[in-house]
Amino acid sequence: MSLLKILGPVMVGPSSSHTLGALKISRFAYKLVGKTPDKVTFLLHGSFSKTYKGHGTDRALLAGIMGFKQDDPRIKDAFEVAKERGLEYSFEIQDLGEVHPNTVRIKFEVEGIVHEIEGSSIGGGDIKITNIDSVPCDLSWDYDTLVIVNKDIPKALEKILDAINVNVANLYLRRINALLERALTIVELDEPVDNLEEIKKIPYVYECYFIGRDY
Amino acid sequence: MTWKEISEMSKNMELHEVILTLEMLENGEDPVNLRNMLGDILKVILEESEKQYGKKQKTLTGLTGENAFKFSNYSPKLMGEFNYIATTTALSIAESNASMGRIAACPTAGSSGIIPGVYYSLYKLFNPSFEELLNSFIVSGGVGNVIAKKATLSGAAGGCQAEIGAAAAMAAAGLSYFFIKSADVAGNAAALALKSLMGLVCDPVGGFVEVPCVKRNGNIVNLAISSAELAMSGIKSVIPLDEVIDAMYKVGKSLPESLRETGEGGIAATPTARKLIDNIKNKLF
Repeated sequence: MSLLKILGPVMVGPSSSHTLGALKISRFAYKLVGKTPDKVTFLLHGSFSKTYKGHGTDRALLAGIMGFKQDDPRIKDAFEVAKERGLEYSFEIQDLGEVHPNTVRIKFEVEGIVHEIEGSSIGGGDIKITNIDSVPCDLSWDYDTLVIVNKDIPKALEKILDAINVNVANLYLRRINALLERALTIVELDEPVDNLEEIKKIPYVYECYFIGRDY
Repeated sequence: MTWKEISEMSKNMELHEVILTLEMLENGEDPVNLRNMLGDILKVILEESEKQYGKKQKTLTGLTGENAFKFSNYSPKLMGEFNYIATTTALSIAESNASMGRIAACPTAGSSGIIPGVYYSLYKLFNPSFEELLNSFIVSGGVGNVIAKKATLSGAAGGCQAEIGAAAAMAAAGLSYFFIKSADVAGNAAALALKSLMGLVCDPVGGFVEVPCVKRNGNIVNLAISSAELAMSGIKSVIPLDEVIDAMYKVGKSLPESLRETGEGGIAATPTARKLIDNIKNKLF
C-alpha cells in the first residue's frame, strides 16, 4: 500500500514519529483490553522524554489509550477528555536502557488487572511493540495479533494452535510464572480469527486478547 | 521502478492508470479500492484546506501560528490569485499541523502544506470535477513513490530536500498533469522543482515542526507552481527526473547529521534559535 502511505496517512500533526507513532503504540494497549483503562502511567525514554510536550506526544499517548484513531480531532483535547472519563494518568521520564530513542513503556490497569506494553516509534508512523507483559517481542502491528495467557504444561501450545483457524505468521512464547504455571503466548496472524470465543474456552487458556490491525 | 519506465508505459495507457496498475501488481491492491482510498485522502485535504484557510492557530510551542492569518488579510502586490490561494493554504495547513490539526502526511507531516496548496487552488479557481483532481493527485503520488523507492522521503535521512523537495516535485508534476496529460511534462516539472531545492537542510528549531517549516511550506508551494509552469511552456530538465532523484539521495547521504532533523545545525543552531528554545523548554517543562 505504498501510494497510500506516500499520499497519506491522514493523521493529526505535527510529527509522524512523535505524534502518530506514539498514538499507535498506546492504541495497541487500548485494543489489548478493549476499553479505556482506569489508570495509566507512561514512562518516556530518550527523545520522547526530551520533546514530548512540544510534539504533543503526551496528548497522542493519552488519546491512544482511550482508543482514539490517528485522525481524530479530539486528540488535541485528550487531557480534557481523560478528565471527563475519570482516567487517572501520569507521565514519567525514565531511562529504559538500550532501546530505540523514541520508546515508551505503558503501565495500565483495568479492573485491578495490570498490563505493561513497551513500544518504539521507528519513523514515518511505523511502530514496533517490543514487550507485552514482560514478554519480549517484535510486533509491527501489520498483522492481527492474539495475546494469550495460558497454562504452562505439555500440549497447551498444541491445543491453542490447533484452535487457530488462520495462518500463523509469527509466534512468541515465554514462561511468565513457573510457580503458577503460567506462560504468555503471542501469535501474529495473516487474518483475524473468527472463533475467538472458542479459543477463550480452551481449558488451558486463562486470558485471551485479540488485537486486530486497523491501520 | 523509474519514472522512465512509467513514462514508457503511459504511451499505451493514461499515466494515472499506469500508476494505479503498477501499485496493484506490486501490492495486490484492487485499483478500484485503491482509487477510492486515495480519493478519501484528497477529500480530507480539500476539507481541511477549506476549514483552516487563514485561521489563527495556537501551536504547541507558540513559535508560529499567525502567518496564515496575516497573509490571508493581506492584498498581494505581486502574486496572482492562484499563487496567493496556494500560499495561504500551505501556511494554513502547515500551521494546523503544528497545532495538532488533522492533515494528510503528504508525503510527510512537516511538508504537508504544499500539496493542499496546489490542489485547493485548482479546486477554487478551475472548477474541476473531483475525478479530474484525483487523477492529478495520483500522478503526484507516482512521483513520490519513485522518490521513496530510489531515495528517501525522510528529513532525518536526506535533509529537507527529501521532504519538502519531494512535496514540491509531487505538486509540480500533478499540477502540470491537470493541464497537460503528459508523463514527460510531469517528469520535467518534478525534476525542475527538485533540482531547485537540492541540498536543502532540515533544521527545525528545537526539533519542532514549526520554524522554519511553516514558512518554508508557504514559500516553496510557489516554486512548485513555477516549476509546473516552466515545464508546461516546453522547458525541459536537461537532467532527467530519475537522475535528479539519484543525485538528491547522494547529496542527502553526504549531509552531516547536524543538518538532518537533529535541530543542531542550520538555523536551529543560531543564537536566536538557542535562546528561543531555552525559553520554550522553561515554559513547557
